[in-house]
Amino acid sequence: MKEHNINLTLKIWRQENATAKGYFDEFKTSVSPHASLLEVFDELNNNLEKEGKDPIVFESDCREGICGTCGMVINGRPHGNQTKTATCQLHMRTFKDGETIYIEPFKAKAFPVLKDLMVDRKGLDVIQQAGGYVSFNTGSAPDANAIPISKTAASLALDAAECIGCGACVAACKNSSAMLFVSAKVSQFALLPQGQAERYERVQNMVIAHDESGFGSCTNTYACEAECPKGISVSNIARMNRDYFVSNMKLQK
Amino acid sequence: MGWLSKSLNSSIGKKIVMALTGLSLILFLTVHFINNMFLFFGKDGFDLLVGSLDAVKPLVRVAETALVLLFGFHIFNGIRLWWENRKANPDKYAINAAKENSTFFSRTMPYTGGIILIFLIGHLATLWVKFNFGMEGTHHYYDVVATMFQDLPTAIFYVIVMLVLGFHLNHGFQSAFQTFGWHHKKYTPLVEFIGTAYAVIFAVGFAAIPIYFFIRSMGGN
Repeated sequence: MKEHNINLTLKIWRQENATAKGYFDEFKTSVSPHASLLEVFDELNNNLEKEGKDPIVFESDCREGICGTCGMVINGRPHGNQTKTATCQLHMRTFKDGETIYIEPFKAKAFPVLKDLMVDRKGLDVIQQAGGYVSFNTGSAPDANAIPISKTAASLALDAAECIGCGACVAACKNSSAMLFVSAKVSQFALLPQGQAERYERVQNMVIAHDESGFGSCTNTYACEAECPKGISVSNIARMNRDYFVSNMKLQK
Repeated sequence: MGWLSKSLNSSIGKKIVMALTGLSLILFLTVHFINNMFLFFGKDGFDLLVGSLDAVKPLVRVAETALVLLFGFHIFNGIRLWWENRKANPDKYAINAAKENSTFFSRTMPYTGGIILIFLIGHLATLWVKFNFGMEGTHHYYDVVATMFQDLPTAIFYVIVMLVLGFHLNHGFQSAFQTFGWHHKKYTPLVEFIGTAYAVIFAVGFAAIPIYFFIRSMGGN
């Protein structure tokens, strides 16, 4: 099966570091419609290196939409215009021949640009460290059926656990709020019996860490849900809000 | 009490304040709306209604104090959220694709809120001051309203602001429920429907007043 290449103009954001002024670098390319966007970047970088120029810095790891490393804003939309796909799963067949594509890094005050399309998402790690865990003594593997969990709760918890922490919710939000991320991490434990011991400390600590990391407040525009590559629901944010409210009544401090 | 200010100043706390005060203000608007609808049933009914509120002035003053607090917290927190969120996201994308992932109503809350604030100041400075301190013992409230909306710019301003108010309520109502954590597959569509219905009824009903009086003044009646 042979298909014709498509011609695209790529306008890619170049920026030396967080404080430098960025600009769009223009590349005219002819690419296979079957190539993924990251493969196009690989090819571009090969050429740039051959010419002795600085390659475009971007992040990627698994390239199958599960690690949450890649992430760019493509024509104004985090991970591109396809729903529930990460940047690495975006193929060139979704673009028209002759199209101009603008590619920018995730933009938020909490995500300073390291170089070009690579941003520092440390803020998400700080939130995760503040409460994204359960504490118990390890030992031999517990019996799988010792604690009954309803199918509904298990499914909702797994839906929340699908969050890959890529930061697209922050990139999509007009307030650069990471609340979809926080709520997914809070919910995956809040829904399960194993998460109950630290349930209310967790939501308090994670929300505090969120606010201190420079993310904005959620104003319920739901742009995050629309752009999330894993389709995390904003109902998790509602659950987190509820837990946060309750935590203020329950906690002794 | 440190915990209270800490939690109310957290990003979720500020939302809870917005939601609580916002829903309370919708309750106030409902009362205001019902009162205003008397304008369509003639001069005597409306004058009697506003006159009877005069008789329970101390109660009205208590309610007004509560309203000042509600509006104050709502406006103060709204401005604070707008300012802080702007700081959290200083750089915008070259291509703005926001309409692909969110509603116009949700994105424009600070701006629709700002327009309503400007209106509120003007509305209080004219009608509220006139009704409370400028009637010189008479009870011709209806005539005050009728005269006011003979002026075309005033009538247009009121109509536009009521449309903006509808935009604000359309997002605000359902947003408050989300903030309280009441998001449910079964009930959220109903909440959204009620919010939109409220917004449309308020916008159309309130806007009908200046339109009605302006058209009547044109007819020389």
